[in-house]
Amino acid sequence: MIVGVRSRASKVRSLLYGYTSIVPFVAFAVFPFYYMVITSLKKDTELYNLKAVPFLIQTGVITDHYHFLFFKTEFWTWMKNSLIISVTATSISLVIAILAGYSLARLRFPGVSSFGTAVFITYLVPPTLLFLPLSQVVVWLGISDTIWALIVTYPTFLVPFSTWLLMGYFRTIPREVEECALVDGASRMQTLTRIVLPMAIPGIVCVTLFGFTLTWNEFTYALTFVSQTANKTAVVGVTADLIRGDIYYWGALMAGAVVASLPIVVIYVWFLDYYVSGLTAGAVKG
Amino acid sequence: MAVGPRALEATGLAQPGRLARVREWWEQEQVFGYGLILPALVLIVGLVAYPFGMAIYFSLSDYWVGSPGSFVGLQNFRDVVANEIFQRTVYNSFVFTAIAVVLKAVLGVWLAMLLFRNFKLKRLIRGAVLLPWVIPTALSTLAWWWMFDSLYSVVNWTGIRLGLIAPPGPNWLGMPGYAMTAVITVNVWRGLPFFAITVLAGLVSIPREYYEAAEVDGASSWGRFRFVTLPLLKPVLAVVILFSTILTFADFNIVQILTRGGPVNTTHLFATLAYQIGLQGGNLGQGAAVSLFLFPMLAAVVFLQLRYIRRD
Repeated sequence: MIVGVRSRASKVRSLLYGYTSIVPFVAFAVFPFYYMVITSLKKDTELYNLKAVPFLIQTGVITDHYHFLFFKTEFWTWMKNSLIISVTATSISLVIAILAGYSLARLRFPGVSSFGTAVFITYLVPPTLLFLPLSQVVVWLGISDTIWALIVTYPTFLVPFSTWLLMGYFRTIPREVEECALVDGASRMQTLTRIVLPMAIPGIVCVTLFGFTLTWNEFTYALTFVSQTANKTAVVGVTADLIRGDIYYWGALMAGAVVASLPIVVIYVWFLDYYVSGLTAGAVKG
Repeated sequence: MAVGPRALEATGLAQPGRLARVREWWEQEQVFGYGLILPALVLIVGLVAYPFGMAIYFSLSDYWVGSPGSFVGLQNFRDVVANEIFQRTVYNSFVFTAIAVVLKAVLGVWLAMLLFRNFKLKRLIRGAVLLPWVIPTALSTLAWWWMFDSLYSVVNWTGIRLGLIAPPGPNWLGMPGYAMTAVITVNVWRGLPFFAITVLAGLVSIPREYYEAAEVDGASSWGRFRFVTLPLLKPVLAVVILFSTILTFADFNIVQILTRGGPVNTTHLFATLAYQIGLQGGNLGQGAAVSLFLFPMLAAVVFLQLRYIRRD
C-alpha cells in the first residue's frame, strides 16, 4: 500500500515538473507570433506609448494597418509572385527528384553510389556559399531581376533534398511488386508511374509540402537576385519594401508578416503529421 | 535483372522496327537508370558545381559587378585575411556557431524529453513548439527586431517591470555584446524545433526494456539519462549537430535583418560580409573569397557525415 501511495506522489510530482517545464518552451516558441498579431491590430498612439502594457490591446482593435498594407503597397503582387514561384519551382523539382530518386534507390548501373553521394553533398551545400556566382549566372541567362531567376535557382536546393527524401520512401517499397509488373509486360516507365508512384504518395506529399514551405520562406536568393519591387516575393517585399528610411511602419510591417506567413500556417496546421515525419526523416535543413 | 527485353518479347509487341529497337535500348536497366538521373545531374552540374567553380575563379581575379577583371592570384585572399573586419567576422562566426549549436543541442534534448511525456493537448503542444521552424524566418525575425527595438523593446519593458533590468534597459541591437546575444537568441529560437523533433524520434526508438533493466539495477533518473538515453541518442544527435553546425555557420537571414553585421561589425558572419562586399560593394572577387571560407567547414561536415553514413 505504501508503495502505491509513494508512487502516486511521485507521479504527481513528475506531472507537475512536466507541465512547469514545458510551459516556458511553448511560450518562448509562440510569443513572437502573438506579438506580431497584436502589434498589427494596435493603434499607433498605443504602439508608441511607453506607458502602455505591450502585451495587450488597450485602446481598441483597428484594421488600419491591414488597410494600408492591402491598398497602399504592392503586397498582393508579392503574394502572387511567391505563389507562382513556389508552385512552379516545387513542381519542377518534384518531377526531377522522383526520376533521380527512383533511379538511385532502385536501379543498378555503374556509378550509382557516386551519384548518390553527389546528391547528398549538394544537399549539405548552404545557399550562401553560391549566391555570388549564381547572381552572375542569372544575369548571363538574361533572367536577372525577374521571377524566373528564382524559379530556375530554387531547384538547386529543392532537388537534392527531395531526391534524398524520396530515395528513402522508394526503398521501402517491396522490389517484388515492380518485378511482377515488369514480367507482366509493363515498361520500366509504366512501372514507375503506375506501380511505384501510387505507393510512394506519402513521400510525395511530404516533399511537396517541404518544397512549398522552403521556397515560400526563402530569403537569400530572393533578396539577392530580384531588386524590382514588382517582381519581389512576399517575404522580401515585406522585409525590404515596407521599411522606408528611418520611420518604421511597425503596424503595417507586422500585418505584412502575419498575412505572408498565413499560407504556410494553414498548410502546416492541416498537414502537421507530414511535417513531423519529414523532419524526423532526418533529411531537412533547419 | 534483365527482365525488360524478355518481357517485351513475351508480349509479342517487339517488332524489329527502329522504334522497337529504341524501346529495347531504353528498357535496359543501365540506360534507364542514367536517363532518369540526367535532369538532376544537369541541374547539379550547371547550377551547383559550375557556380562553385566560378566562385573559385572570381576569388582569384579582380572581378567587379559588370567588369570581368584579370587574374590576380591569391591577392583577394591576402587582402581579406589582412582586413580587420574579416578577422572580426571569423571570431564572430565561431562564437555564434559554438554557442548557438550547444544551446540548441542541450535545450533540444531537454525539450524532446519533455515532449516524450504524456500530456493532455500533446498534439497542440508539439504543433506550437514546431512553429518557429515553419514560419518564414525573415518574417519572424522582423517580429524579433520589433521586440528588441531601441525604444519600445518588449524585452526591456518586461525586464524592468520584473526588476531584472535597470531602466531604460540596453539598446539590444545597437550594443556589441547585446547584439550578439540577440542574434544567437533568435537563431536558437528558430533552430530548436529541428533538434527537439529529431531527438524525439530518436527517443521513441529506444526500447523500453533498457530503462526497466536500468531501474532494476537501481539507476536514478539522472543515471538512466546518462547511461541509457544519451549513449543511444548519440547517432541521431551526431547527425543533427553536424547538420546544424554548417547551417548556423552559413546563416544569413537573421543577422542580415536584425543587425546587418553591426554594431561596428560585431555580428558579421561570412555570408553577411560576403553580401556586403560582393553585392552591395560590387567587389565580386573579394566577396567570393570571403564566402569560400565557408567551404572548409562544409568539407569537414560532409566528410564526417559520409563516414557516419558509410559506417551504418
